[in-house]
Amino acid sequence: MAASVRLLTRRVVRLCQRRFNVTCVSGPGQQSCRGFSDAAGDRSTHFGFETVPEEEKAKRVYKVFENVAQKYDIMNDAMSFGIHRLWKDALLHIMHPQPGARLLDVAGGTGDIAFRFMDYIHSQQEKQERLRVQSMQTPSWQDISDKYSTEDEGGPQESTAVICDINKEMLKVGKQKAESMGVSAGLSWVVGDAEELPFDDDQFDIYTIAFGIRNVTHIDQALQEALRVLKPGGRFMCLEFSKVTNPVLARLYDAYSFQIIPALGEVIAGDWKSYQYLVESIRKFPDQEEFKGMIEDAGFYRVQYYNLTGGVVALHSGFKL
Amino acid sequence: MWLRASNPLRRLNRRQWSLLSKVVSVHQLHSSTSDFSQGSYDGLYPGHIPTTPLQKAVLAVGSGVAALQNPYRHDMVAVLGETTGHLALINLRDRMRNDPEGYEILIERPRIRLSTLDLSRMASLHDGSFGREYLRFLEVNHVTPDSRADVKFVDNEELAYVMQRYREVHDFMHTLLGMPTNMLGEVAVKWFEAAQTGLPMCSLGAVLGPLRLNIRQLQTLFTSLGPWALQNGRKARCVLSIFYEKRWEQSLEDLRQELNIDPPPIIPGPSNKRAT
Repeated sequence: MAASVRLLTRRVVRLCQRRFNVTCVSGPGQQSCRGFSDAAGDRSTHFGFETVPEEEKAKRVYKVFENVAQKYDIMNDAMSFGIHRLWKDALLHIMHPQPGARLLDVAGGTGDIAFRFMDYIHSQQEKQERLRVQSMQTPSWQDISDKYSTEDEGGPQESTAVICDINKEMLKVGKQKAESMGVSAGLSWVVGDAEELPFDDDQFDIYTIAFGIRNVTHIDQALQEALRVLKPGGRFMCLEFSKVTNPVLARLYDAYSFQIIPALGEVIAGDWKSYQYLVESIRKFPDQEEFKGMIEDAGFYRVQYYNLTGGVVALHSGFKL
Repeated sequence: MWLRASNPLRRLNRRQWSLLSKVVSVHQLHSSTSDFSQGSYDGLYPGHIPTTPLQKAVLAVGSGVAALQNPYRHDMVAVLGETTGHLALINLRDRMRNDPEGYEILIERPRIRLSTLDLSRMASLHDGSFGREYLRFLEVNHVTPDSRADVKFVDNEELAYVMQRYREVHDFMHTLLGMPTNMLGEVAVKWFEAAQTGLPMCSLGAVLGPLRLNIRQLQTLFTSLGPWALQNGRKARCVLSIFYEKRWEQSLEDLRQELNIDPPPIIPGPSNKRAT
């Protein structure tokens, strides 16, 4: 249903473009007519099902997340019945980071991915430590003297996670969470725009963006920035709502999204419109294959995607080589 | 079962179609503003959010639970009132239409806000006048008429105004009944409003409000304040049909007699709990 609507929209837009081109040709003098894809400053994009000028989209998205920041985590649990935790856990399992990895979590707001990353690294470190100790149960004198000489070289490189978000309110909530959980070590909180990251080239081993990329005005620019800041061999991972493949589940999911979620938003967060925007923006985001194509166009290799929960969420992954 | 699932989807499609037609017309491109609440709105009045019956049901249940859990969430009480009050609002509007002054209000649609009230003129009125007593009520209880939420979920523009008027007239109720804004005073006004308007939200508030009173207050409520509020609620003229904004100089006693409201038997003293 959503696909047919999208097709129709594209057809209608193309029709209008043709109409405008015709009037441009036959119009008098140098009058520049405004079409859908004209000079800079006239470009429009979608904000949910609304059409807005591009400059405005970023501002409105900022306001949405400013309003929902305090209740963001509660609403996530309520809307997804806690399943969003499983999705984020799946991201970490597929990522399988090793101690020493540097993570950049863009649109990381309340820090869910970064916290899980640090937990995973710590448990990996403990596992490695245990294995090392097990294999060294009966060391020879040579082994012991070797250990003394290497001890002062400094430990393995510490893993760090940088959480970058354009919205200060979301970062504030994330920082408070980190402090209350007592896991602030190794985390940095940076305000930044996914389309223009405040980092040098070749800095990070892993770049993640979880449920954030559909709010970006220029997705291709965000993908190019991701390519830039990743080290060669680095991995790009994106968790995002996508097209449900099963038609029965799709109808249930649509009904649930449009009927229940905005009402829940009104009751829990006191904000209907922000959650209306959120469910509409999911429908406007490209599907799994199209997004895979966009990631490949940006220059990533070995791009693949995993469907979670029947396609409700898709995890895209690509490598910078 | 699929019919029920597809009905909201059909309505969704209609909304998508109407929005598609907006995409085609170039005007929409340049008329949207940066604020959600201003500019082109998708509804019958500014702030209106159209909802399906299923959404209203979810809102009613959810807001009821939220309001019970945290009575300071006035927006939830408001949403509960809007989603459950359809029949009562129709009744109220018909009563207003049948009354000449009420009809005038429905035509002129006055709104009660600090910006529309002339506070200095009201302060200069003599003691005992309606305007002076109302101002005194605002000052003593530290409340302002601007704290009322806008109506969002009523799907008829006139009924939405009736709901808005009911909310804004609440402070006038306090003045007319002589009730302060502490818990006992609020419950007494709720009983009066429940008897007057028949709104389910008022009835719910009237039943659940006493749960938060202590024994002494409960005694006062059930012996004197409560019966007085109920009786007056039933026999008083429709309070929404009074054009209060034109009656500032009228004496409070005179207004009470006109509305057929008896003066309160007791004035509940200020307690530690303050509710707006």
